[in-house]
Amino acid sequence: MTALDTQAAPTVDAPLAPTVDAAPSRARVGGRTGTPGVVGRRLLGTVLVLWASVTVAFVALQLAPGSAVDALVPPTVRTPEALAAVTAEWGLDRPLVQQYGDYVVRLLHGDLGTSYQLHRPVIDVIGSQMGPTVQLATAGLGVAVLLAVILAVSTAGRPWASRIAGGAELAIVSIPEFWLGIVLLFVFSFSLGWFPVAGAGGVSSLVLPAVALGLGLVGLISQVLREGVERSLEQPYTLSVRARGVSETGLRLRHSLRHASLPVVTLLGWLVGGLLGGVIIVEQVFGRPGIGVVALQAAQARDLPVVLGIALLSALVYVTVNTAVDLLALLIDPRLRSRS
Amino acid sequence: MTAAAARPAVVRGPRSGRTRLRTVPWGVVAASAVLVLVLLVVAFPGLFTSRGPLEADPLQAFLPPGQGGLLGTDQLGRSVWSRVAYGARYSIFIAVAATVVGVLVGVAIGLAAGLGGRVTDEVTTRGLDVVAAFPAILLAIVLVTIVGPGIPTVIVALGIASVPRYARIVRAETHVVRRSGYVEQSVTFGLRRSTLVVRHVLPHAVVSVPILATIGLGTCILAASSLSFIGLGPKPPSPEWGAMLSDGRNYLQLAWWISVFPGVAIVAVVVAVSVVGRRLQRHFEHREQS
Repeated sequence: MTALDTQAAPTVDAPLAPTVDAAPSRARVGGRTGTPGVVGRRLLGTVLVLWASVTVAFVALQLAPGSAVDALVPPTVRTPEALAAVTAEWGLDRPLVQQYGDYVVRLLHGDLGTSYQLHRPVIDVIGSQMGPTVQLATAGLGVAVLLAVILAVSTAGRPWASRIAGGAELAIVSIPEFWLGIVLLFVFSFSLGWFPVAGAGGVSSLVLPAVALGLGLVGLISQVLREGVERSLEQPYTLSVRARGVSETGLRLRHSLRHASLPVVTLLGWLVGGLLGGVIIVEQVFGRPGIGVVALQAAQARDLPVVLGIALLSALVYVTVNTAVDLLALLIDPRLRSRS
Repeated sequence: MTAAAARPAVVRGPRSGRTRLRTVPWGVVAASAVLVLVLLVVAFPGLFTSRGPLEADPLQAFLPPGQGGLLGTDQLGRSVWSRVAYGARYSIFIAVAATVVGVLVGVAIGLAAGLGGRVTDEVTTRGLDVVAAFPAILLAIVLVTIVGPGIPTVIVALGIASVPRYARIVRAETHVVRRSGYVEQSVTFGLRRSTLVVRHVLPHAVVSVPILATIGLGTCILAASSLSFIGLGPKPPSPEWGAMLSDGRNYLQLAWWISVFPGVAIVAVVVAVSVVGRRLQRHFEHREQS
C-alpha cells in the first residue's frame, strides 16, 4: 500500500510543479537553493494537518452529546448558580467562533480540556499513563527493525531464501496482534513459565508484548528492505566492492543496507503513526497499563475530551515523526532537494 | 515497476521473466480454494455443521478438539467449529461493507481532486493526509465515543480509514488521464464535461481500484476482528472471531482451543485474500508494461 502511494506521488507532483514556481522571484538557480522551499512546504503541510485535526476535534466536541459544563462541575456541587458561573468563566455562552479561538489557544498552551468522567485535566490523565505506552512502542519498534534487518540482509538476492522469507513475511503480516499475543502468552507464560502473565514490571514483562507488537511490522519493513538490498546488490558498484576483497556480509551490511535504508526510514515514519492502534490491542491482551487502556475506558464511558486528546496527541506524534523523516530524507539523499 | 522493466535482462540472468511465464503457482491455487471454502461457509454455514453457534450444553464444556466436535467446545459447551463457521459471516460482511464504503467515497473524492482546480486538489490532498494520520482503530474509538459501539460504527470507521488509499490512487490516475491526448481531443470535439468524465476519465482512473480493494479487504478483516476483540464490535454471545478470542482468553490455561481456532481462521482468510490480491496486482502490472 505504502509502496503504491510513494510510487504515485512523484507522477502527481511533477505536472503541478511549473505552476507553483511560475513567479520569476521564486525561480530556482540550482538544485541546492530548492531546499528551503521544500522544507517550508513540508512544515506548512504539517501545520495544516494539525490545524485540520484540531478543527475536526472541536466540531466533534460541539456535536456530541454531553456538555462541557457538566464535566467541569462535579455532581456534588451542581447548583444552577455554580453552572452559570462556570459557563461564564469558561466562555461557553459566547459565540462558537470565539469558543473555537479559545479552544485553539488552550490547545497551544497544552490544555486538552477536562475529562467528563474523571473531572481531571485530560493532559494529566494521559500523562500519567504515558510511560508504559512509550516503553512498549519503543520496544516493539526496536524488535521489528532488528528482526527485519536480519531477515532482509540474510535472504536478499538468494532466490530460495528470499522466496521462503517472502512467504513468511506475508503470513506474519496477516497475523492479528491479539491472536499472536494470546498464543505467546499460552506458550511462554502458561506452558513454559518464562515470562509473567500480566502487568508492567521490569524488562521480563515487556518481552512478549514487544514481540506481539513488533512481529507484524517485521513483515512490512523486511519486504521493503529486502527489495532495496536486492536492487542495490545489482548496482555496478557492488562489483568493485567485491573486487576490493570485501566479504559478502561486509558488502551487505556496510553498503547495500545503507542504500536500502531510505525507503525504510520513510516507511518507519508511516508505521509510527499506526503504532498506537497496535499498542491499544497489545495492552489489552497483556493487561498492561497505558494510553490504550485509558482510550478504551474513555470510549466506553463516552468521555470525548479524553479520546480526542489521545487522538490529537497521536496526530501530533505522526506529523512530527513524518516531518522529521522527510527532512532526514533530504539529508540522506541530496537528489531529493532539487525536487519541488 | 517501470525501473525493473527498463533494466537490461542480462543483469538478472535466467531468472528474468520467470514469474510472467509460469503457470499459476500452487500458493495462489490453495489461497483461491480457501476463499471458495470461506464463501461457501458464509453462504451455507448449516452445510458444514449440525449444531447452532449459540447451542450451549454445560455438561459438555471444555471438551478438547476431537472429543467435543471438530474443534472442541467452549466454556458453555458450545461447539467451537460451529461458532467459527457462523462467525465467518460477521468478518466477511463487515470487511466487504467497509471496503464498499471506502471505495465509493474514495473514488468520488479522488475524482473530484483530480478534476478540480489547484485549490480543490490541495485541500482534498491535505484532508486525506489528516485521515491517514489516524490509525483505523483510533478512528473507530473516536466514532464509538461519539455515536456508541456496534457493527455500523465499525463499518463506517473502517470505511473512512480506507478512503485515503483509494482516493490517492484515483486522484493520481485522473491527473495522468486528464492530460492524455485522447481526453484533450475529446475536449476539442466539444464533448460535455459530465459525459467526458463518466465515459473516458472514470474507467481509466479506477482500473487499479479492484486490486487495491482485494488487498484492502484483508486489512479490513484484521481491523474488524481487532475492534471486536477490544469490545467495540459485535458483543460476546455473537460468534464473531475477534469477540470469541477475547472470550476465550479467560480460559487460556484450561482450553487453548477456544481462542486459538478463531485466530487460525482469521489468519487463513487474510493470507488467502492477500495472496490472491497480490497475484492480481502482479498480473495487472505486467499487462500494463507489455
